[in-house]
Amino acid sequence: MADLRTSFAGITSPNPFWLASAPPTDKAYNVVRAFKAGWGGVVWKTLGEDPPIVNVSGPRYGAIHGSDRRVIGFNNIELITDRPLEVNLQEITQVKRDWPDRAVVVSLMVPCEEPNWTAIIGRVEQTGADGIELNFGCPHGMSERGMGAAVGQVPDYIEMVTRWCKAATRMPVIVKLTPNVASILPPAEAAKRGGADAVSLINTVNALMGVDIDQMAPWPHIDGYGTHGGMCGSVVKPIALNMVSAIARHPATQGLPISGIGGIEKWRDAVEFMALGAGNVQVCTAAMVYGFKIVQEMIAGLSEWMDQKGYARTEDFVGLAAPRKTEWQHLNLDYVVKAHIDQDLCIKCGRCHIGCEDTSHQAITSLKDGQRHFEVIEEECVGCNLCAVVCPIENCITMVPLREGEVDRRTGLKVGGHRTWLEHPNNPMATNPRPAKYAAE
Amino acid sequence: MSNELAVGLAGHRISAEQCRDNFKDLVAPLHPNEARLAAERCLFCYDAPCVTACPTEIDIPLFIRQIANGLPVAAAKTILDANIMGAMCARVCPTENLCEGACVRESSEARAVEIGRLQRHATDALFASGRQLYRAAASTGKRIAVVGAGPAGLSCAHALARQGHQVTIFEARPKGGGLNEYGIAAYKVTSDIAQAELAYILAVGGITIEYGKTLGRDITLASLRADHDAVFLGVGLGGTNGLGLGDMPAGVSDAVAFIAALRQAPDKTALPIGRNVIVIGGGMTAIDAATQVKLLGAECVTIAYRRSKSEMPASPYEQEVAQVRGVLIREHLAPVAFEQADGVVCGVTFERTHSEGGRLVPTGERLTLQADQVLTAIGQTLVASDLADSGLAFEKGRIAVDDARRTSLPGVWAGGDCVAGGNDLTVAAVADGKAAAASIIAALQPAAAAIPHHAGA
Repeated sequence: MADLRTSFAGITSPNPFWLASAPPTDKAYNVVRAFKAGWGGVVWKTLGEDPPIVNVSGPRYGAIHGSDRRVIGFNNIELITDRPLEVNLQEITQVKRDWPDRAVVVSLMVPCEEPNWTAIIGRVEQTGADGIELNFGCPHGMSERGMGAAVGQVPDYIEMVTRWCKAATRMPVIVKLTPNVASILPPAEAAKRGGADAVSLINTVNALMGVDIDQMAPWPHIDGYGTHGGMCGSVVKPIALNMVSAIARHPATQGLPISGIGGIEKWRDAVEFMALGAGNVQVCTAAMVYGFKIVQEMIAGLSEWMDQKGYARTEDFVGLAAPRKTEWQHLNLDYVVKAHIDQDLCIKCGRCHIGCEDTSHQAITSLKDGQRHFEVIEEECVGCNLCAVVCPIENCITMVPLREGEVDRRTGLKVGGHRTWLEHPNNPMATNPRPAKYAAE
Repeated sequence: MSNELAVGLAGHRISAEQCRDNFKDLVAPLHPNEARLAAERCLFCYDAPCVTACPTEIDIPLFIRQIANGLPVAAAKTILDANIMGAMCARVCPTENLCEGACVRESSEARAVEIGRLQRHATDALFASGRQLYRAAASTGKRIAVVGAGPAGLSCAHALARQGHQVTIFEARPKGGGLNEYGIAAYKVTSDIAQAELAYILAVGGITIEYGKTLGRDITLASLRADHDAVFLGVGLGGTNGLGLGDMPAGVSDAVAFIAALRQAPDKTALPIGRNVIVIGGGMTAIDAATQVKLLGAECVTIAYRRSKSEMPASPYEQEVAQVRGVLIREHLAPVAFEQADGVVCGVTFERTHSEGGRLVPTGERLTLQADQVLTAIGQTLVASDLADSGLAFEKGRIAVDDARRTSLPGVWAGGDCVAGGNDLTVAAVADGKAAAASIIAALQPAAAAIPHHAGA
C-alpha cells in the first residue's frame, strides 16, 4: 500500500492534496468540512490588513462550459478575504489545534512595505500555522492597488518581499507565482534568491470569459460593466504544466520545491504535475464545481497507481518526467511515426478523414472498394497526431514508430539515426551530416 | 357505469381520464436541457451515415449542431429544406431502421443519437415560433394537378409551388394529410400535428385543395392531363387485402378503417371494441391497431402472424411498443376460418406453420383462439380500377415509375405508396414527391432558359 504522506518544504500532510488559497478556504466552516472529506492541507484564503477589502455583490465567477455543461474553465474577480483579520486568525488557530496532522498554510497579501509584512507575519505565527504563502499572483483588483500580480510581475519586488518575510519568521515561506509573465523563470529565480522555501504555481490567468451580446458588455457584468478576472480550471492545466516543468529543470531553480496548481481535477492530473516536479498539488476549481468529496477519488487513484507502478512514496516519482522536457531544437528529426487506425475499434465517424483532408495532409482514405473505410495512407502521413486527437474513440488511432531501417514511404528514406535541428542539413549552422546508410535506395 | 369487462363490442371500457393518459405522446418531447445533451452526443461525422440512410437526405449533423448552438429554428429550416414533412417524420419514421440505425454511436455504444426526437425538437420550435420559412415564387402560369393530399402529393405540391407553379390537389377524403391524418396511431401524432403540418405546407401559397374529389369517380386522369401541364399521382393504397375466408361475420373488420375511425373520433372511448381481440397481420397497421385497441381497454389482445416475429415487417421496436402495453404477439399462425355464433364472430381457427428455407409450410395442426373482435391487417392494395383504361403501366400491382418518378404516360408522374419499389414509409413518400417535383420543374423549364450542355466553343 503506497504511503501518501508528504513533507513539502518541511510541512507534513497525510496526502499531497491541498486546497488552494481561494473561496473554499475562506472560513473555518469550509476548511473543517474539507478536512473531514480527507484533504491533506489547505492554504487559507489570503489575509490582508484591516479594514477588510470589499467584494462586488454581483457575479464574481464566470465559466467556459464543455460538453454536458462541464466547467472546463473558471474565472473569478473575487478579492482576498473580506473578513476582519482577527476573525480569520482566531479560526486558523482553532482549526490547526483541532487538526494537527493537516497542513495549514496562510496566504498573505499586504502593501509592499517591510513593516506591513513583518507585522502580519508576527500575528500569523501565533496561530500555530505551518507556513505562509505570499500571494504574488492575484491578477485582478488587488493588482490595481500594487499588490498580487503587480508584485509577481517584477522579479526584484518578489526577491525583496520574500527576503523580508524570511527574515521575519521561522515558518516556511512559499511564494505563489503569477503566470501572467513572458517567462516564469525570472520570478522563480527571484523567489529563490529571496530565500523562498518553495514556489507554488500557477495563480490565475488574465482572462475575459465572454461577451453578453445582448447587453454588449463583458460577461459576467456588474451594473453594465465587466472587468478581466483570473481564469483557472482544466483549460489552464497545460499552461501550468509548462511553467512547473520549466522551473523543475532550469539549473538556477532545480531542486526548489514546487507546489503544483492549475486545473487539477482528478488523480491523474496530480500525478502529471508531480511527475514534472511538483512535490504536492493544490486544488480549487474542481472542489468548487463538485464539492470536497473529489479528494477521495484522488487519494484512491494516486494510491492505486503508485501500487501498480511500485512507487512506495510520492518522492519516488516526483520529477521523473522533468528531464524529458526539452527544447524543440533537441527533438529527433529522424524519428518517424505513422498513424494507425484499429479497424476493429473504428466506428467510421470519419472525423480523422475530414480533419486530415480539409486541413492537413490528405493522408486518410474515406472509401475502400466503394465502402466507407478510413485507413492511413502512409505515403502522405507525417505522423502529426491530428487524427488521433480528433478520434472520439480512445486508442483507436495510435501513432506507431517506424523501426530502424524501415523505409518511410512518404520520403522514401530509411528510418534511423538521431539528428536534431542542430545537425540537420537544412539548418545552415548544422554539423554532422546524415550517415550514408540511410540514403534513398 | 364502466363497460370495462363487457362481452362483445362495447364502447367506454375506459374513462376519459384513462384515455387521455393512454393516448399521450408515445415519445415525449425533449426538455431543452435534454435536447442540448442529446445534440452534444452527435459526432458531426464526415459524409454522415445517418444522412445516407435518410430517404430525404436531411443534413442531420448540421441540424443537430444548430440545435446544440441554440438555433432550433435554423435547425428546422435545415430539416424542412430536405423534407417538408420533417415534423411528421420525426414522429413516425422507423428511425431505428433509418438514421438512428446508421448512427455510428449505435454501432459503438448501442445507443444512437436521438435524431428523431431532436428533429421533433427543432420542428416544434419552428411551429411554436409561427415563422413561415417558404413563400411561393411569382406565378409561372403553369398548372399542375396533384392527386392525393398525402405525404407524396403534399411534398410534390410544396416544391412546385415554391417554384411558382400553380398546384391543385384533388383529395378524395374530407381532410388532407393522407395516412398522416388517417393511418397513424393516435399516440404518435398528438396535438393534431398532421393538420398543423398540412397548414404549414399550404401556407406557402399557390396550392389549392379540392376535397371530396375521387379519381375515377369525380375526375379522370385523362381530363387532368388535358387541363394541366403536368399530373402527379399520389393516390396511396385505397384497398385492403382480404383473408379469402368467405363471408366475414359481424365483429370482423379492417384494421386500416379502425385506425382511421379512431383518429377521427371526437371521443375515442366511444368506439366499440371487443374484450378479446385478435389482430391478424405483422406490419405497422397490425401493431397500431392492436396497441390502440389494448389502450382502449380490451382485456386480451393478440397479434397473430403467419411467419416468425423476426420476419414481421414491423420492427423490433414497434413490436416492443405493442408488447409493453400488454399485446401478445403469436407467430406461425395462419388463419383458416372464422368461428361464429349467430353471425357474430367468436373466434379464429389457425393452422400452425413453420418456415422451410424461407418458405411457409403448414403443419396441419390447428388451434382456435377465442375472440369477440377480429381486425385484419394483411396489406393494402392500389385500387387499380380508378386508373383503368388510363394507359398507365403497372408493376406488381402498383404504378411503374423511373428514378425521376415518371410514369409510362408523358406528363404524368407518381410517388408514394401507390408506386412500385417503395417501402411504404412517410419519408419515402416525401422523397418521391420531392424527386417528382424536381423532374416536373425541369420538364416545364422553358427551352430558352435551359442551360446548354456544352457552353464552350
